[in-house]
Amino acid sequence: MSLLYTEEQKELIALVREMAENEIKPCVKDADEKGECPRELFQWGFDMGLHMLEIPAEYGGAGLSYETTAMIFEELAKVDAGYAITFVTTFVALRNVILAGTKEQGQYFADQIAPGGFAGFALTEPNAGSDPAAMRATAVKDGDEYILNGTKTFITNGALAKVFVGFFKTDPAAGHRGISAFIVDADAPGVIVGAHENKMGLRLSNTTDLTFENVRVKASAMVGPEGSGFKLALNALNLSRAFVATMAVGIMQRALDESVKYAKERKQFGQPIIKFQMVQQMLADMAIKVEASRCLVNNTMRMMDEGSLVQKEGSICKAFVSDCAQEVTSNAVQIFGGYGYSKEYPVEKLMRDCKVFQIFEGTNQIQRMTIAGVLDKEYK
Amino acid sequence: MNFDTYQDVWVFIECFQGEPKSVGLELLGQGRRLADSLKQKLCAVVIGKSVDAAIAAAGMYGADKVYAVEGDEYETYSADAYGHVFLELCRKYSPNTILVGATVNGRDLGSKLAVSLHTGLTADCTALSVEEETGNVVWERPAFGGNLYAQILCADTRPQMGTCRPGAFKKPEPSPDNHPIVIREDISTPADAIRTKVIDFIKACEDGEIKLDEAQVIVSGGRGMKNAENFGILKELADELGGTVGCSRAAVDAGWLPQTKQVGQTGSTVSPKIYIACGISGAVQHVAGMSESDTIIAINQDETAPIFEVADYGIVGDLFEIVPALTKELRARKQG
Amino acid sequence: MKIVVCIKQVPDTTEIKIDPVKNTLIRTGVPSIMNPFDKNALETALRLKDSCGAKVTAISMGPAQAKAVLREALAMGADEAYLVTDRAFGGSDTYATSYILSQVIRKLGPFDVILGGKQAIDGDTGQTAPSIAEHLDAARLTYVLDLTVEGDKVLAQRQVEEGVEVVETSLPVLCTVTKESNKPRYATIKRKIASLKAEIPEITLADLPDADVSKMGLKGSPTKVKATFTPKRTAEGVMIGGSTPAEIAVSLLDTLAEAKIL
Repeated sequence: MSLLYTEEQKELIALVREMAENEIKPCVKDADEKGECPRELFQWGFDMGLHMLEIPAEYGGAGLSYETTAMIFEELAKVDAGYAITFVTTFVALRNVILAGTKEQGQYFADQIAPGGFAGFALTEPNAGSDPAAMRATAVKDGDEYILNGTKTFITNGALAKVFVGFFKTDPAAGHRGISAFIVDADAPGVIVGAHENKMGLRLSNTTDLTFENVRVKASAMVGPEGSGFKLALNALNLSRAFVATMAVGIMQRALDESVKYAKERKQFGQPIIKFQMVQQMLADMAIKVEASRCLVNNTMRMMDEGSLVQKEGSICKAFVSDCAQEVTSNAVQIFGGYGYSKEYPVEKLMRDCKVFQIFEGTNQIQRMTIAGVLDKEYK
Repeated sequence: MNFDTYQDVWVFIECFQGEPKSVGLELLGQGRRLADSLKQKLCAVVIGKSVDAAIAAAGMYGADKVYAVEGDEYETYSADAYGHVFLELCRKYSPNTILVGATVNGRDLGSKLAVSLHTGLTADCTALSVEEETGNVVWERPAFGGNLYAQILCADTRPQMGTCRPGAFKKPEPSPDNHPIVIREDISTPADAIRTKVIDFIKACEDGEIKLDEAQVIVSGGRGMKNAENFGILKELADELGGTVGCSRAAVDAGWLPQTKQVGQTGSTVSPKIYIACGISGAVQHVAGMSESDTIIAINQDETAPIFEVADYGIVGDLFEIVPALTKELRARKQG
Repeated sequence: MKIVVCIKQVPDTTEIKIDPVKNTLIRTGVPSIMNPFDKNALETALRLKDSCGAKVTAISMGPAQAKAVLREALAMGADEAYLVTDRAFGGSDTYATSYILSQVIRKLGPFDVILGGKQAIDGDTGQTAPSIAEHLDAARLTYVLDLTVEGDKVLAQRQVEEGVEVVETSLPVLCTVTKESNKPRYATIKRKIASLKAEIPEITLADLPDADVSKMGLKGSPTKVKATFTPKRTAEGVMIGGSTPAEIAVSLLDTLAEAKIL
């Protein structure tokens, strides 16, 4: 591995690896087939504190750096990225409430999560994916309350979350400046969880539609000033991009591990296929991409630890790493040959799991627009 | 040091519900060899609510003398009561050597005696001999999961003590004409001196399965079994052979079988007539628990697996094909 | 309630290999771990702590490296940990080890419950813990599957060869715990971080002024190692072959029948 780990990081990674290998890994195949992760499996993560890794101690978290948190989620994603993302989404939501909200809001949100609760981010709508300004969901003020209406889609943890950060237009005429963020309890009357999305990959991750029908929240549930929701969403995306990239590194590291192991065992023409130059080249290229990706993620995390918003770097990181991951997992299937295409072997799942990394948190096309936009400004 | 006042080799005949356990009788065989080398007597110690069956068995398997203590308070084992009796006997008769079965209770009793008598206790001995010039017993035992063997001496104190696992030795030939001197000692233990009380007993119900240490044939599976369900094919073969199923530590660690089924240094020591190791690599820790089997058959896909070094018969191949084929062939032969 | 758990650091015996040429133990690179049964003992202690409240103290005798298993104990939930270490303790057999630990327990105690694994996977004797009980003149229950404490009443299930004994006793008691008794928990991330920074105090001979030095270390050990050797593997096995599984089966059964094994 390419990074210089501290003793503490090594110990934490080893601890998470032991748990994930022993408790999660044996159940992944079944959960992947069913498209659902049993609650007991998540309990292992809660018991260990994976939902509060980066959260400051005052809110009940472990207070780790982004850098160390990322290392842990990479390790977890080696076993299953869908499992990992369920926790990542939770802490990213909480982290953003802490950043943008009041102390009370942060504490409230943390209290929902700390004992073992998930959180979600209700942003995307059927007609507002890459373009959040096109959002239709509304929040209408009524006395000291807001009434929320609208439909959100592809909501990670939709059916699992105890609490959401939801995005609604408080001023429909104002474009993205009219978006405000609210804390919404999942059990508030009018919050309707839609059907679970039957996805190609990340099948241990829960994804649903979410409908808000006259959901009443206190005005004090608004996070940040009115109209600041878009900015909050962008900050959240910067954070989550770097974290999805770290999970993609985990997926491709696993693909590399499995491929090398297989290439050493599999014999054709009287020798292990790792002895063949063409296989060697594929493995070497995979290793190059894994290492480069990990370094890129690590640097982005360290910048975030220093307080940088990583607007450009987060996009570079996410686009580069998820493109690499698609290539690496595809080549892992290639190295396994016919067996790679079989569900009996682990690599086809890795390829399915990592496709969405080129799509969610802003497609890689949008990432490139963002990068180009920043470049344009930088060279003025 | 002069140990002349310490005489005789004692063997504790542990009983369960009045019946002597096999391990005590196995140890009489070893005790006889030690006693003959030391030119001393072989004595059995029996404690229980009723001890006649144990006295008879001790005689049958070669004891010269039997010390017997009876009492209601000895119906079930407790360190307090049994320890009290045994210590009284030791103080009165000063044995030279004490052998105890390395059972759950034997290990406990042995520890209690050794500490109280300020002497040494060597656990799980697999070979016993006597150093002629000193009269010290050489206690040979495995360590590091059977990766290493050590010879241990207890040179400066008496009695010298050791435990041996059930099944580590075979029972000696019975000698019906041997009539030991039976010395009944009246030692009682007051109820308030017994701090632990057995209030219930749940007998192990294993669906009529043969116990590992009593089985004539054991079909064992290891990591190569891949999952718990696959042990079904071993069970079928074991049933055909009138045997039982065992496993290696890897299978226990994976949660496929309980530890009661584990053969090896941290599990049971077995010495059946036939031991069939399926998908077991043959880690020393496993081999230490089964190498005394009369015939060892190994089935493994990896031709370099160390299990083949201890096997009398080896088959390199897929156990999932070979085991069912064996079962099928056995059935055909029985019918034919 | 005050609970002390005795923990041993052991080499992972499944990882030990034999040098095929020299026929000696290869010890380098073998990871050191917390004795698995001691982990079950610690879990037993932590469950008692969860259910009726307790302070859990972990102790381990060994060189400075053994602090690693004590840190692990802290990460899992032990409240404090002590390393028992001194040159004078080196070379101790089960008698001397149990004597030293009993003196430490006396110094740190009194404790209501003393716990340990049913055996250590390197020595496999299962003697040390019951010997500690004897040095302390404490009631003891070995091979415990299940332990409940109510007031000072103790109810335990003991795994014996023929089944399970239900045993009643009262505090204080020493128990050794089997693998089947529970599934040890994992450390939490928070506790793990704290454990890595924790100070682990050492208890040395100087801290045990009332103890009898003649019962410690190599000199205080009634048993001594005369020689060690690695087991030789000499079986001259016969390989049974065949082109199909059925053929192999026939060939094996024929061979066994010929040799009068079947």
